[in-house]
Amino acid sequence: MSLRTTKQNGEWLDRTKKINFTFEGEAFTAFEGDTISSALWAAGQKVLGRSFKYHRARGVLSLANHDVNILVTDGIDTNMRADVVLVKDGMVLNAVNTIGGVKKDKNSYIDSISPLLPVGFYYKAFHTPRRFFPFWEKVIRKAAGLGIVNFDYPRILKRKLHTHCDVLVIGAGPTGLTAACVAAEAGLEVTIVDENQQAGGSLGYDRSGNVAMASQLTDLLAKVAGYSNITMITGAYAAGYYPDHLIPIVAANGITKVRAKTVIVASGAFEQPPVFRYNDLPGVMLGSAAQRLIYRYGVKPFNNGVVVTANDYGYRVALDLLAAGTKVVAVVDLRAEASPMAAEVTKRGVKVYPGHCVYEALASSDKSGVRGAIICAYDEQKNVAITAKKITLECDGIAMSAGWAPAGALLYQAGTAMQFDYAVQQFVPSRIPDGIFAAGKVNGIFELEQRINDAKRAANEALRYLGLSAPEVVTERHVGASPSHAYPMVPHDKGKNFVDFDEDIQIKDFVNAAKEGFDNIELMKRFTTVGMGPSQGKHSNMNAIRILAKIRNLPVEKIGTTTSRPFFHPTPIGHLGGRGFHSHRLTSLHQWHAEHGAVFTDIGAWKRAAYYPTVGQTKEDAIQTEAMAVRQTAGIIDGSSFGKIEVHGPDAAEFLERFFTGVYATQKVGSCRYVMLLDESGVIVDDGIASRLADDLFYLSVGTSNAAAVYREMQRSQQMWQLDLGLVNVTGAFGAINIAGPAAREILATLTDLDLSYESFPISSVRESIVAGVEARLIRVAFVSDVGYELHIPMVQVPQVWQALLDAGKKHGIRPFGSDTQRLLRLEMGHAMPGVDTDGLTNPFEIGAEWALKMSKSYFIGQRSLQILAKKPLRKRLVAFALAENFKGEMPMDCNLVLEGREILGRVTSIGYSKFIDRCIGLAFVTPAKTAIGAQFQIRTDNGSSVTATVVKTPFLKN
Amino acid sequence: MKLLTCPMNGSRPLSEFIFGGEYRDAPDQKTCSDSEWAAYVHNRSGAPGDKKEWWYHSPSGTWFIAERNTLSDKVSRTYLLSANTNSTQEQAK
Repeated sequence: MSLRTTKQNGEWLDRTKKINFTFEGEAFTAFEGDTISSALWAAGQKVLGRSFKYHRARGVLSLANHDVNILVTDGIDTNMRADVVLVKDGMVLNAVNTIGGVKKDKNSYIDSISPLLPVGFYYKAFHTPRRFFPFWEKVIRKAAGLGIVNFDYPRILKRKLHTHCDVLVIGAGPTGLTAACVAAEAGLEVTIVDENQQAGGSLGYDRSGNVAMASQLTDLLAKVAGYSNITMITGAYAAGYYPDHLIPIVAANGITKVRAKTVIVASGAFEQPPVFRYNDLPGVMLGSAAQRLIYRYGVKPFNNGVVVTANDYGYRVALDLLAAGTKVVAVVDLRAEASPMAAEVTKRGVKVYPGHCVYEALASSDKSGVRGAIICAYDEQKNVAITAKKITLECDGIAMSAGWAPAGALLYQAGTAMQFDYAVQQFVPSRIPDGIFAAGKVNGIFELEQRINDAKRAANEALRYLGLSAPEVVTERHVGASPSHAYPMVPHDKGKNFVDFDEDIQIKDFVNAAKEGFDNIELMKRFTTVGMGPSQGKHSNMNAIRILAKIRNLPVEKIGTTTSRPFFHPTPIGHLGGRGFHSHRLTSLHQWHAEHGAVFTDIGAWKRAAYYPTVGQTKEDAIQTEAMAVRQTAGIIDGSSFGKIEVHGPDAAEFLERFFTGVYATQKVGSCRYVMLLDESGVIVDDGIASRLADDLFYLSVGTSNAAAVYREMQRSQQMWQLDLGLVNVTGAFGAINIAGPAAREILATLTDLDLSYESFPISSVRESIVAGVEARLIRVAFVSDVGYELHIPMVQVPQVWQALLDAGKKHGIRPFGSDTQRLLRLEMGHAMPGVDTDGLTNPFEIGAEWALKMSKSYFIGQRSLQILAKKPLRKRLVAFALAENFKGEMPMDCNLVLEGREILGRVTSIGYSKFIDRCIGLAFVTPAKTAIGAQFQIRTDNGSSVTATVVKTPFLKN
Repeated sequence: MKLLTCPMNGSRPLSEFIFGGEYRDAPDQKTCSDSEWAAYVHNRSGAPGDKKEWWYHSPSGTWFIAERNTLSDKVSRTYLLSANTNSTQEQAK
C-alpha cells in the first residue's frame, strides 16, 4: 500500500521523473529526488535491513545519515547508506548483512539466542584455548562486518581542491543561513556547507503542521541566493577540524580543503531515541525522521501512529503527522507536567497521556512492523515504568521525540571546552578557541527566533574577530521546558530496549559492563562497543553517558564524553588516497642512461644510474665488468647529483674554518681540501671536497643524499655568524662527470688544452679550463681510482661532454659505470663513506680520521665535544678486512655482526667481492683490540655460519 | 594543517617548513667544564612551555626563530636571528 502523500510544499522530489529500480529482486518505482529508503518506505516496504549483531528487522530510524542498519549494495559499491543515497534509474539493490534477504534472513535466529551473547561475549569466550582461535576467528570474521568488499572495484580518482574564505559556516539550517547573510552583508567571502542535498535544515521539516514555515525558508534561501559572495556547498560534510581553521569538506566526488579565517559552527543537533522495549521495530522512528519523510519526500511514516515524547517536539511531530493525513492515536509524554502544546493536539482529537511511557512496542506477527504499543505510567524520579495499569494502543508506527545531542564533533576537535547545561540537558560550549563560533542548537539554543538571534550574535562576533565593527547581540539562554529529557529510558525485564542501533546494545549491557568494572566512559565504550559502529554514536553516545551517570550515581558532566577525532563521518578510503606524487630529480643524462639500459636507484631526491647490464647480464657481473674497466683502462660516471655549493665573499675561508674540521685559511687557490662536517656532539654528518677557485670563492662538492641538509646547516650557521659572504646552492646548475682509470688522463688530454701532467695538475687540485668546447671546473680526485678527474660543467652541457669523452675513449674501451659500481670502487680504495660506514653515533676517531681534524683551531662545530671524546678510551674502530683467498662460503652482508663467542665486537659496514684483486673485502667496526694488521675476527652471516676475516691495510689494491 | 609566519615570506602552510630544534644559547666552549658542555649537547628539557625554536622555510631558505608554547601549540612571535632584531614580526592572526 502506497504511503505517498500529495505534493508537499518544498519537497525535494521531481514528480515528473519516474525512476525504476529493484530491491532484493523486487521491482519498485520512485521519483527523482527520492533516497533509497524513502522510495522503499513509500512503497510500503518496512523491513529495509537487518541489524549487525542480532539480525533484527530494521526500518527508517533517523533518515539523517545514521540509519546504519539500512546499508545496501548495488553490486559495485557496498555499505551505501540508503537513508541519504539518492535512488537512480536501473539500480539493482540488495541489503547487506543478510543470508537470504531482509525478509527471511537465516541469521535472524541469532536474535532468539541473544541472551547467550552478552556484552563482552566474544572477548571472553574465544580468548582461550589459543589453539582453537584460528577456527573461531574464521567464524567471527564471517559474522562481523557488514557489506562484502568488491575487489574489482574500479579505481576512481577523487579530486582534491583547496579553497579559502573569510567565514566558513557549517550547517545550512536557519541558524547557518542567517549567520551567512550577516557575514555576507559585511562584504566577506562566505562558504556554507551542509551534508543534506538541499539547504534549510530543520526549517524545511519541523513545521508543526504550519505551512507558513515553508515560505519562511523560501524567503531565507532567496536572501542567501542574492549574495554573490556566498558559496553554498550541499551534499557534503565538514569532516574535521585541523589547526588554523582548515576544514576538509567531503563530497561524493572528492575533498575540498577549506582554509577559513573564521568558522561558525551551526551544525545543529542529532535527535536521540528514547529507550524502551522493541524501540527498533520497523515503523518506530525518530520524530524528525517522520517529519523528513513527510516534507522532503512526500511519504507518510505510517497510517495510524503513536507519538512518544519527552519534550515539546513530539507535539510538533503530531501536528505534522496530522497535516500529512496520518492518524495519531495518542501522544504519550514521559513528563508528568502537561505541555503547553498539549491543548493544541487535544483540540485536533488526539489523546494525550502525560506522565506515561511506551513500555514496549508490539511487533506484528511476522515481526516486520508494529501492531501496537503498551503504555503505562512513568515514574520520572526513579525512571521506571509503573506497570500496574497497562494500556494497549493499536497503531502501525511510533514516532519518538525525547531529546537532542549537539553535533559538536568539530567543536570538540578544535579544543572547545563543553559544560552540561541543565536548562537544555545538553553539553554546550563554554570556552571556544579563537576564531570559532557556535550558534543554534549546537550552542543549546532551540527556539527558532532565538536561534536566528544567536546566528546574528555569532556572525557579529566573527566580524569583530576579523577586525570589523559590528553590533553586540546578546542571546538569551533557553527558558521553559527542556528540549531534551534528562533520562528517557524505560527499563524492561525482558530487555531488547536498544540504546545503540548500530551494535544492538541494550540497557542491560551497560549495567553488565559497569559490574565488570568498565565504568569509565572510555572503557565502557570499548567494552560495550557503544558508539563504535558506523554512526559513531550519533544517536547513542548521549544516552550511554546518561545511563553510566545513573549507574554511578554521578551528575552527567562528571562522566564526560569520549574523544572526538577526525573524520567525524566515515569517509571512503578512495577520498583520502593520494595520487602518488613522488618528486625526484633527473640529471641531464637521464635519457642517455635509460637508452643504454641503466638500472636506476633512488639516492636522496635523485634517480641515479646504478649499473648498466648488457642483455642477460646479472647485476654482479655488470658491476664487476664496469669496475674492471676503471681499473684497466677508464670509466665515466654521471656525478651530476653531487651536492655543489659555492661560498663566496671575503669571509669564505673563515666560514669553512668554523663549519668544517680542517684548515682552509691557508688553502692555496687552485687546490682542494677534504671537508668533514660534524654536529655539536662530534658525530660525523658528511664529508666532501672544498676547491678554492679564488681567495674569496670556494666550490664545495658533497655527497648526493645529504646535500640539501648540509646546505641547510650552512645557512643556519651563517644566520648565526653573520659573516661577510654568500652561499649559493648550485647543485642543479652544475652537472658533473668523473672520468677515472689509468687511461683517464690520456683520453681527457684529447679534449682540452690544459696541461694535465701530474706535476702541474697534481691530486687535490682544481683548474678551470675548456673541455670539449665547454667551460669546466676540473678537480683531481682519487675517490675511485688514483687517476680521476671530476669535470663540473653547466648541467645542460653535460651530455655534450659525456659523449665527447665516450668517443675519445672508445679505442681504450672506456665504459660508463653506475653508482653501485662506484661503491665497490671506493671500497677497493678503502674510503669510508659517511652514512654507510658511519652511523648517528660515529665520531672521527672511530674511523681513523684524526688526520682530518685541526684540533688547534680556535673553533669548529663539534670541536668541544671532540676534546672531551679524545680523553676517553676508544670503544670501536673501523678497520679494513679481507676474507680468506678463494673464500667460497656464505657471503657476509652489510650489518652482519662481528662476534667473539657471544659477545658483539662490532659490525660489518661495507663488504663486497672485488674481481680485480680477487678477494672479498670490507670495512667493519671492531673493538680496539682487534685493529692490528693481521688480527682476525669472526663475522656471523645471516644463516648463522661464522666467517673468519683478517684485518688488512688500505687501499686494498696495494695489499 | 597549521600556518606559520615566516619573517620574510609571511603566513605559509606548515608543510613548507622544517623544524630545526630548540634554540639554546651555547655555553662558552673555552671556559665551560666538560660536564657543562655535555649537558648542553645532550640534555633537553621536555617540559612543555614557552620555547624558542629554530624553523626553516624551505622554499626560500630562511632560518628564523619562532617562540612557541609547546603545550598550547601557539606561536607568539617569529623573527630572524640577527644582531639587530629590528625585523621581528608578530605572528599574524
